[in-house]
Amino acid sequence: MENAEKASAGTKGTTKKRKFPKILHKDQLELFSMMFPVYLQVFIFCYIPMAGAVVAFKRYKVSKGIFGSPWCGLDNFKFFFKSMDAGRVIRNTLGYNTVFIILGIICAVFVAVLLSMIRSRKSLKFFQTTMLFPHFMSWVVVAYMLVTFLDYKHGMVNSFLVKLGLEKISWYYEPKYWPFFLVAIYLWKTIGYNSLVYYSSIINVDSTLYESGAIDGCNTWQTIRHIMLPMIKPTIIIMAILAVGNIFRADFGLFYTVPQNSGTLISVTDVVDTYVYRMMFVTGDIGIAGAVGLIQSLVGLILVSVVNYLAKRVDKDLGLF
Amino acid sequence: MEFGTGKGKGVKIFSYIVLALFALCCIIPLLNIIMISFTDSSSIDTYGYSLFPKVLTLEAYELLFENPTTIVDAYGVTLFVTIVGTFLAVLIGVQFAYGLSRKNYVLRNQSSFYLYFTMLFSGGTVPIYILVTQYLGLKNSLWALILPYIVTPYNIFLIRTFIQGLPDTVFEAAKIDGAGEYTILYKMVYPMCKGGIATVTLFYLLSFWNAWYPCLLYINKSKLYTLQYMLHVLMGKIETLNMEVANGMAVNYFQQLPEDSLRMATCLVAIGPLIVAFPFFQKYFVRGIAVGAVKG
Repeated sequence: MENAEKASAGTKGTTKKRKFPKILHKDQLELFSMMFPVYLQVFIFCYIPMAGAVVAFKRYKVSKGIFGSPWCGLDNFKFFFKSMDAGRVIRNTLGYNTVFIILGIICAVFVAVLLSMIRSRKSLKFFQTTMLFPHFMSWVVVAYMLVTFLDYKHGMVNSFLVKLGLEKISWYYEPKYWPFFLVAIYLWKTIGYNSLVYYSSIINVDSTLYESGAIDGCNTWQTIRHIMLPMIKPTIIIMAILAVGNIFRADFGLFYTVPQNSGTLISVTDVVDTYVYRMMFVTGDIGIAGAVGLIQSLVGLILVSVVNYLAKRVDKDLGLF
Repeated sequence: MEFGTGKGKGVKIFSYIVLALFALCCIIPLLNIIMISFTDSSSIDTYGYSLFPKVLTLEAYELLFENPTTIVDAYGVTLFVTIVGTFLAVLIGVQFAYGLSRKNYVLRNQSSFYLYFTMLFSGGTVPIYILVTQYLGLKNSLWALILPYIVTPYNIFLIRTFIQGLPDTVFEAAKIDGAGEYTILYKMVYPMCKGGIATVTLFYLLSFWNAWYPCLLYINKSKLYTLQYMLHVLMGKIETLNMEVANGMAVNYFQQLPEDSLRMATCLVAIGPLIVAFPFFQKYFVRGIAVGAVKG
């Protein structure tokens, strides 16, 4: 400790005295103790499972645990990629997410711009409240809502078809409609929330910009095109990076409970997350589930890093880290 | 915000119309559930579901409350998980966020990365599931629905942003008066960041209340089902039953029961508190979204 005191004597000019390692100061220890519960929780529930991801390279046996089970090299990965599920799962996951990202951003920005046209506080609040509502509902409740439309016997859509003199359709057994349903439901649930994100960056734009635009004789469209959109571009890009990083992750609830886990729909509803779940609990092959989960995480990590790097090369201020 | 040269009237009307239609789309599904839960089963059989039922009745609710054990159990479980989970999450989350916001904390950047990295990479569902069930022995324990979910990096970074919005001088003055970090956090930051902490509390409340996936993973005793998971199971049961009836494998025992309205009534009872609280939550939500958006 004396040595440390001596060593710090040299830096006397700025700080009065610096004794033992700084972390052992009272303030620092207090802060450390405050943060300790999260350190611990994250260590247990995030970092230990990262080590547990080696289960992807194991032939898992419950009795031996993850680390005691025998290694099996890349067998789990090979099994997945050779199975006929792989193509379907990857196509669905990437396909849906690509459509979700593109349409999601377009629609949310569109709604945000519309919201910015509303001056009346009351109307604004009404629209914001109603649009946020779907965000508050769980996927299970969304599934109930969907039943009111698509139920075979009593659903409103079928009643309507009958009124038009058409045949009823068993919606939950017809894969061809579901890509549209899933996209529509996803948009329904997320547009409100996301558009509020864009809306808040629109109203954060310095209002003098709009005023000078008005003086220069911009019409509404020009204002949107040349002032509003460029100003919210960073927000759009950050949202897009986040979304691309999650492109190999699907919302389990949307693909599992909303189509009511219907077996006939599996060709259009099977995504990575439902596949992992099925491997774990229905097929019972933990190793393969682990392998697919690991691929999912790695792809996510690589994509976020790459997209972030690219965004930063375009503009230094863009990007997450 | 004033812009445009006043020719924007058409644009404004267009905005109102599109937004109103969208708002309607957001609300109609809920109205469907409400109306069906009050519809008489014979009018469902004749006319199907309708937003304007011919006969209104309370029979579904009477039936539901005649034998309410399942739903009461599920309410208890959900309330426990939501309250305990949110309390713990906010307690430790705010403390962590406070540490992250202190510029003199030596492990500040490392801590930030330590948390941030978990947003970028995870071991996947399988190792977490094995950890919770085999090593921690939490299968069929309500703690399995709480402990793995009490840290949400996004929310913690959001609180940090709120705390960083406070003026530095406040902390310096407190320091000079000899206040410790705990005192500063609980005596000053909490009261000054009420709005921000309320926002994040609501985020946690909502996610605990709506969670059903953890229950699907970790719980298989029906006494420990959460409301959302109970709804999920109920839907499955009715669907299988319908299928079996259609295939002639089972007699429809529920023929006389108002099964459709009963199921929607259960759903409504389960989401009731959320709908009642929603208008009050909304303000904090919008604010949270705004702060999150600015920070990115």
